[in-house]
Amino acid sequence: MSDPVNFVANWLKTVFTNWGVSPTWTTIIISIIGVVVLAGVALVIDIFLVWVERKVVARFQDRLGPNRLGPFGLFQPIADVIKLLLKEDITPDKADKFLFNLAPVLALGMAIALWAVVPLAPTVIGSDLNVGVLYIVAIGSISTLGIIIAGWASNNKFALVGAFRMVAQMISYEIPMVISLLIPVILAGSMGINSIVKSQPVWYIVLAPVAALIFLISSQAELGRAPFDISEAESEIVAGFHIEYTGMKFGLFYAGELLHALTIGGFFSCFFLGGWRGWGAETYPILGIVYFFIKAFFMYWVIMWIKYTFPRIRIDQMLNLNWKFLTPLALAALIMTALLDKIFQNASSVVYIIVMLGGNLVLLYIAYLVTGIYARVERKKVASPEDNRVNFPIKSGANIVETQSSERVQA
Amino acid sequence: MTGLQILFLIIAAITLGGALMVVTTRNLIHAALWLILCLFGIAVLFVLLDAGFFAVAQVVIYIGAIAILMIFAIMLTRKVAKDSGSQTNSTWPIAGIVAIVFFGGLVFLFQNWQPIHTLPPTLPQGYNSIEQLGMALVSPDGFLIPFEVASILLLTALIGALVIAWGKNK
Repeated sequence: MSDPVNFVANWLKTVFTNWGVSPTWTTIIISIIGVVVLAGVALVIDIFLVWVERKVVARFQDRLGPNRLGPFGLFQPIADVIKLLLKEDITPDKADKFLFNLAPVLALGMAIALWAVVPLAPTVIGSDLNVGVLYIVAIGSISTLGIIIAGWASNNKFALVGAFRMVAQMISYEIPMVISLLIPVILAGSMGINSIVKSQPVWYIVLAPVAALIFLISSQAELGRAPFDISEAESEIVAGFHIEYTGMKFGLFYAGELLHALTIGGFFSCFFLGGWRGWGAETYPILGIVYFFIKAFFMYWVIMWIKYTFPRIRIDQMLNLNWKFLTPLALAALIMTALLDKIFQNASSVVYIIVMLGGNLVLLYIAYLVTGIYARVERKKVASPEDNRVNFPIKSGANIVETQSSERVQA
Repeated sequence: MTGLQILFLIIAAITLGGALMVVTTRNLIHAALWLILCLFGIAVLFVLLDAGFFAVAQVVIYIGAIAILMIFAIMLTRKVAKDSGSQTNSTWPIAGIVAIVFFGGLVFLFQNWQPIHTLPPTLPQGYNSIEQLGMALVSPDGFLIPFEVASILLLTALIGALVIAWGKNK
């Protein structure tokens, strides 16, 4: 009884076999049931997430949040869903109807598809792919596609600008994210997420804090949450790629974003916080599910904490942070981890942990020094007036346009 | 006919249909999206062959990078996203004959090629194909030299792109 999910699956298997269903069909039917149940659980959690998000943001902003409907306002999301369902469904004139309807499905569907490789417990995992880490990246690139389609099919300039910004952000931040994911892969010697979790008697946040930090920042950008929400930027482009969506179609984007955030929290806990690991999880897999969700919700809370604490950054700051800070740091951390792992692979585990942690701390200190020097140079440029025009992105952008047009005149 | 073969035929039909739509549809964005369907079909074919790494790499590289870059480029030129001109030019009969001859030649060659008539062997439980791929890429008696040469080629392309983007007004 310690493993209810597999117990039910095995019970169903015997039932189907007794009915005379062939083994192949039994596997297919049980897989379909598993998919439906996992997606259903993810969506039910998603409804609950609406309440969590609203309640937590209220606390961060010193408010109470929803508290009228049900105990602690717990039934508020149900009212939200009814409201979204009853709203008029508007499709803009000259929008690409099929693509316009496809985009929200992709946005939510890809967030659910990620749950296929999440190890909820040692024995409860949708599919223990041996390329699980790459699968996450692949699904991430398809959700980028959903946003492009939404922006283009809406036939709205703000939507298109929002989609452009979002895509620029997502493909840039994919690079440090993938590199930082390679570090747990090196440490575990496997790309399967379950085997990464299994090889973490010591959580990887101790062995690779730099990778954990980079993964957290870049996945925040993948999510398009503040401070990286330039794709929505209410004060500039109204709502970005989902400006034309109403009712439940907007609801799907919203639900997709919330579920994606929890999923990222889950992946963070799998890669750096030991996933389902905890006291007694090996013998009682159901405890593993509890541990996993505690860690995933904690990381979800951290993501919200960042979101509601920092103001939005400009697009040039966003790109500078990625290309001049995160990517070099991630590459340095990757090379350092690979070297140290090879040199100290036969050392005792205490020495190994101390060396890894020390290496990461040295790397962080160097990064701190380098950014300090960079900031001083930048401040000096602003302070001396003749260099001023180089520093303001809008003005330098205007310069580029001017030189281009003058070149064209000469040609 | 096994279930795997039926699945293969369905996926192959979707892939070919997508490829056909890429060249016949008049809207460039739609063409790019049909191309994504076609590439995704190929990824599914890799899955059917138990080549999980290639399937995921296909999605990451072809859909996540190349197709998105194409859509990006097309969206920047929205005015010409619709094409109303003729879809063929005067040389289409020659091209058609070349294509048919080439396809016929391939079919003929494959008919005489023995491995195509054998069923794929089922892989043993716990067979780790990525580990073997990784070892082959970095072992000296494997593909070390081509791998490194390809890396240098990509690095050159990267530096080249940087040099072009740098501009002359610096």
